[in-house]
Amino acid sequence: MIVKLEHVTKKFGDVVAVDDINLETRDGEFVALLGPSGCGKTTTLLMIAGIYRPTEGVIRFGGRVVNRVPPKDRNIGMVFQSYALYPHMTVLENLTFPMRLKKVPRTEMLQRAQQVADMMGIGHLLDRKPGQLSGGQQQRVALGRALVKQPDVLLFDEPLSNLDARLRLSMRAEIKRLQLDLGITSIYVTHDQVEAMTMAERIAVIRDGQLQAFCPPNELYDQPRTLFVASFIGNPPMNFLEVEVVADGDAFKARCPEIEIPVSAERGRAAAGRGKVVMGVRPEDIYLTRDGIAGEVYVVEPLGRDDLVDVRVGDVHFKTLVDPGLGLKIGDQVRFGIRPERVQFFDPRTEHSLLWN
Amino acid sequence: MDETMGVGGRGRAILLLTVLAVLTVPIVVGYLWVIISTFSQRTYGLIPVDANGHPGGLTLRNWSFLWKDAAIWRVTVNTFVLAVGLTVGIVVVSSLAGYALSRISFPGRRPFLATTLVLHAFPSVTLLIAIYFVLRWITHIPVVGRGIPVIGGFGYNTLGGVILVSVALELPLGVWLMKGFFDQVPWDIERAALIDGCSRLRVWWEIMLPLIKPGIAALSIFSFISGWNSFLIPYTFMTSQEKSTIATYLRSLLSDTAPVNYSTVAAVGLFQLIPVMIFFLFTQEYLLNIFSGGVKGGS
Ligand SMILES: Nc1ncnc2c1ncn2[C@@H]1O[C@H](COP(=O)(O)OP(=O)(O)OP(=O)(O)O)[C@@H](O)[C@H]1O
Ligand SMILES: [Mg+2]
Repeated sequence: MIVKLEHVTKKFGDVVAVDDINLETRDGEFVALLGPSGCGKTTTLLMIAGIYRPTEGVIRFGGRVVNRVPPKDRNIGMVFQSYALYPHMTVLENLTFPMRLKKVPRTEMLQRAQQVADMMGIGHLLDRKPGQLSGGQQQRVALGRALVKQPDVLLFDEPLSNLDARLRLSMRAEIKRLQLDLGITSIYVTHDQVEAMTMAERIAVIRDGQLQAFCPPNELYDQPRTLFVASFIGNPPMNFLEVEVVADGDAFKARCPEIEIPVSAERGRAAAGRGKVVMGVRPEDIYLTRDGIAGEVYVVEPLGRDDLVDVRVGDVHFKTLVDPGLGLKIGDQVRFGIRPERVQFFDPRTEHSLLWN
Repeated sequence: MDETMGVGGRGRAILLLTVLAVLTVPIVVGYLWVIISTFSQRTYGLIPVDANGHPGGLTLRNWSFLWKDAAIWRVTVNTFVLAVGLTVGIVVVSSLAGYALSRISFPGRRPFLATTLVLHAFPSVTLLIAIYFVLRWITHIPVVGRGIPVIGGFGYNTLGGVILVSVALELPLGVWLMKGFFDQVPWDIERAALIDGCSRLRVWWEIMLPLIKPGIAALSIFSFISGWNSFLIPYTFMTSQEKSTIATYLRSLLSDTAPVNYSTVAAVGLFQLIPVMIFFLFTQEYLLNIFSGGVKGGS
């Protein structure tokens, strides 16, 4: 099923929760909606589910306009952050409830419930009430309930955020696997970029109700179209500094008062002659070297595999990942370089990328 | 629990029990006296005495209304019908209206909530005359007025009319109570049900109502007891006191002209109390069941 949003806007009184979003999934695609808290992810999802009606715009399921179709006629499955199991029903009753409403014959109903329960590994819990299950088990039941009706579209609203880190990891893989096997178009809301990056084929980044980008994870990472995307994606986050890019013959340099950073011609050209621009550098694109920019170690944060080191050059700080074996300490003098073909440039006023538009 | 309470906890418990016991004594003694006096000719303190003041003089005379006066059974049935009708009416209307007020946004929702609350603050006595005219008017409607079996109809001087008025006067409280319970049910559960294929009415029936069972039980108890004990409305809108409800029957015993037999009054009062106690015993157990077997998580 192809889900398509055309100029979809949702207002709650004066609050614009979702602002003119355009988005089209492919059939069977796994799409993530990613953004900070309060940006309108849940609202978007609930509009697709039919719980909210868009204030403006059109939602299509496989070409059919569904704006006025009630949720029960959309054939969707949804998994909630709160699981939203029916507390007064047993697990089996929770699983069969959607089928009962569709008047599926009893034997088929039980058979399908059993099948899904086995798939989710909850076959031994069928007689329990949700209150007697752990969070992870409840999540599985919720997932099973969404799947058992054989939906055309699966919607997830931060389904893993109530689980502990370890369980989240395994459920993440499991959901992705299931989705691949079943080939159901899925829209997955999360504020966790790692979740979005690892699970989704394409990620829609939303900020204040507006769609900032909609592209595959690696493109989002390597070619951020806005300053927001660049800062939101990636951990540890990108370094930003205000520079002026000047041409020096064939070479280009990014200059801020105390530093001069060579950048590749291809990237520098787009930013040259524009006055002040914002340069973005990912921590992993900064490397220590003998003959580079001189700075002083300001903070060292051990992350285990790497040390996250804050290097100060005048008033400018660069965060970079360093091999802990070097044993850097606060106050050490270091020299570092920046990969010239990896830098990003943004217009400080529009916050749009100067490279990828 | 017991282990964690420790010495201080035990001391507090004893203190609490003492206070409760002291407060309970007058009530228990009062009821004891009522019970004893209904089986006695006279009493001296808590001791039954006969006409000459000697201990003894036990009698069933005060309870003779049970077999001598057929009206008592009629008013008992009437009171029961009134209490049940009131309960059903209030629970049905409140749970529907409470759901709508809690979950559906429609124009005038807030003013409506505010108005019901204000109206509830008005003593119902102020409305009696207006209601009288309404009931008189309903009486003239064919069938509905006074042609319905059991409750008589919904007009003046019918049990149905009394039920109608009582329901109306108690609805604001019920609606607010139910709204409060519905407010507690997480939206996600309702959304999940809508997505799973329920219509709004079905969500109400299959998901919401089972989840607010404790609220419905509480409202039922309140309504039933207030119906069973109601006096003012039946007294006002049914003409013959002996033929309406137990409370008005009791009132008819308190004649202004003849001497009042207080032992009989006490017996009728006790008689009125019995079903309420039974009802309470049952529903209390039910309530405890709901709360102890209650739901964890899922919200
Ligand atoms: N029913 C509502 N009435 C009024 N405002 C609402 C309503 N639902 C959401 N909003 C507002 O719309 C905006 C987007 O909310 P939404 O729940 O979609 O955010 P979200 O991206 O899901 O955030 P989170 O990650 O915290 O769940 C918020 O500013 C919120 O306050
Ligand atoms: Mg949300």
